[in-house]
Amino acid sequence: MMQARNFPIGAPVLEVKNISLRFGGVKAITDTSFTVYKHEIRAIIGPNGAGKSSLLNCINGIYKPQEGKIAFKGRVLDQISPNIVARQGISRTFQNLALFKRMSVIDNILVGRKLHMSANFMEVAFQLPKARAEEKANRARCEEIVEFLEITDIRDTPVGKLPYGLQKKVELGRALATEADVLLLDEPMAGMNVEEKREMCRFILKVNDELGTTVVLIEHDMGVVMDISDAVVVLDYGKVIADGPPDTVRSNQDVIDAYLGVAHD
Amino acid sequence: MTSKPATSPFARGDITNFAVLMTLAFLVIPLTIPNGYWYSSILIPWLCLALAAIGQQIVMGYAGQLALGAAGFMAAGAFACFNIELRIPWMPFGGSLILSGLIAAAFGVLFGLPSLRVRGIYLMVATLASQFFIIWMIDKFGWFKNYDTSGIITAQDIVIFGYAFTAPLQMYLVVLVVVTLLTILAINMTRGSVGRNWMAVRDMDIAAESMGISLLRTKLQAFAISAFYCGVAGALFAFTYLKSLEPVAFDIKLSFQILFMVILGGLGTISGAFIGAAFILLFPVVLNTVGNVWFHGMVDATVISAVEQVVFGALIILFLIYEPLGMAKLWENIRARMRSRSVPKAEVPRQQAS
Ligand SMILES: Nc1ncnc2c1ncn2[C@@H]1O[C@H](COP(=O)(O)OP(=O)(O)OP(=O)(O)O)[C@@H](O)[C@H]1O
Ligand SMILES: [Mg+2]
Repeated sequence: MMQARNFPIGAPVLEVKNISLRFGGVKAITDTSFTVYKHEIRAIIGPNGAGKSSLLNCINGIYKPQEGKIAFKGRVLDQISPNIVARQGISRTFQNLALFKRMSVIDNILVGRKLHMSANFMEVAFQLPKARAEEKANRARCEEIVEFLEITDIRDTPVGKLPYGLQKKVELGRALATEADVLLLDEPMAGMNVEEKREMCRFILKVNDELGTTVVLIEHDMGVVMDISDAVVVLDYGKVIADGPPDTVRSNQDVIDAYLGVAHD
Repeated sequence: MTSKPATSPFARGDITNFAVLMTLAFLVIPLTIPNGYWYSSILIPWLCLALAAIGQQIVMGYAGQLALGAAGFMAAGAFACFNIELRIPWMPFGGSLILSGLIAAAFGVLFGLPSLRVRGIYLMVATLASQFFIIWMIDKFGWFKNYDTSGIITAQDIVIFGYAFTAPLQMYLVVLVVVTLLTILAINMTRGSVGRNWMAVRDMDIAAESMGISLLRTKLQAFAISAFYCGVAGALFAFTYLKSLEPVAFDIKLSFQILFMVILGGLGTISGAFIGAAFILLFPVVLNTVGNVWFHGMVDATVISAVEQVVFGALIILFLIYEPLGMAKLWENIRARMRSRSVPKAEVPRQQAS
């Protein structure tokens, strides 16, 4: 289905090497390795509790794996915390919405511009030219994102008042606003109907195609996964059981046994 | 709300509102109120406490850190100002105020450190330490009070460009200028990137961090700026309202009053600080007047103060449950309702929340 891409898949950008993560006695991830290549859309699939979200949380610095390494752009991310990882160029969305509930849609997205704004509090307090100029430029950028996601009509609404599907969209918008090289999307289409899912797929493909953003996406809907991903890694009980192009993975017997057999949708 | 893209967080209406308020505060009030009582007993304490409430608002309403102990930082500011005026005679009053704020801000950072570990009620208890520590320190070391043993120290006169501001109206103007300036700065911060970072930390800290916000820096910044506001407010409070310096004036009761101002006024709004301060300050006065006028002094003063406590308590609980955004939000709702009567409803799609 893919035509010639603006950004052909390139060198490894994110390397997960032999990660193990335990919560007390619970082994969430065991000796997991896989590589994400530049500009690709990589899906992570697996049954509930397989450790998919935990894996994203390790990459993003929320969880610290007991063993293993994660390298980004060839540099090992150690002593990581989410804000340091964000500075390196990795942004994300969360499985259970993590929006700033009392802030408006546009303000939520503006927070995504945080790393593009450098005026200090004095410059902002006194509205010095630097603060004004960057506020104006970043607002304009966020307006573009709001338009791109077709949510202009709700942009001044506090996100807490929006229905679930729209909140998911806003969260994608916030992640897009960071203009990170890699986006980690944890079930961005959960709870959406077919129509809404198709729309989200379109956004993700467009961002990947126009900006070359590398996308790592957790998704349960196999149709979606087969449609948009370049490569799929399958987790089961915290272990990688398959890794490769969607078609190969789909016909893998282990995957059929472990995942497709118990898939819930 | 408009649907046009904004290039700045400020609307045209803001400027009109600002002009009206400034005319009122700087011209109408001074020209129409000759009575010193209004300035020295109502307007001056109101402005000072509103400024402290802005400080509380920044740390609690915007950054979402349940801190208690604003009065401690006010005491730090007040005694700092006294000592600067005493020991550095050439320092202009504005400079003393800024330094006092900075000294309070240093305490703010110190006592904000627990916020990196604990939250909610535990943070409240931890920050309460600032209240006790600062007051204890001032009482313990005679130097802070210039070894005065009488217990009450008179504040120095406010001298600006060789001119002493001692009459109620003059002091009101000094306070008004400072409060206006700091309010504008607070509005600029809260509506700009600084305030967005605070609110992001308040609403969802993990997500804020994932967007590149450092929790450490952002929380401590909020504590520092909050304490700066409280420090300046404390200095003004001591120099223009109390006209004396005594640690007991900044006890835990005042910290709670400032907390209630913010809760009743509305968390996360600057106007809420002013509304809340007015309410907390005026409510007892109104209640007393009502008691005297309606019941001709038949009601005992202790009864009135008991009623006051009960009504306050009830109001705080009601607001926390039904309108956490406080009186500022109520006022906004009333205005919106009046406006929507004259203008057809905006075409904002109303989707059902799931
Ligand atoms: N913070 C935590 N504390 C304790 N256990 C955890 C924590 N986070 C995850 N786990 C456990 O780790 C395992 C993997 O969970 P994870 O959320 O990563 O799964 P998932 O693949 O994302 O599942 P789902 O499809 O339901 O989202 C589960 O057994 C879960 O209970
Ligand atoms: Mg998950």
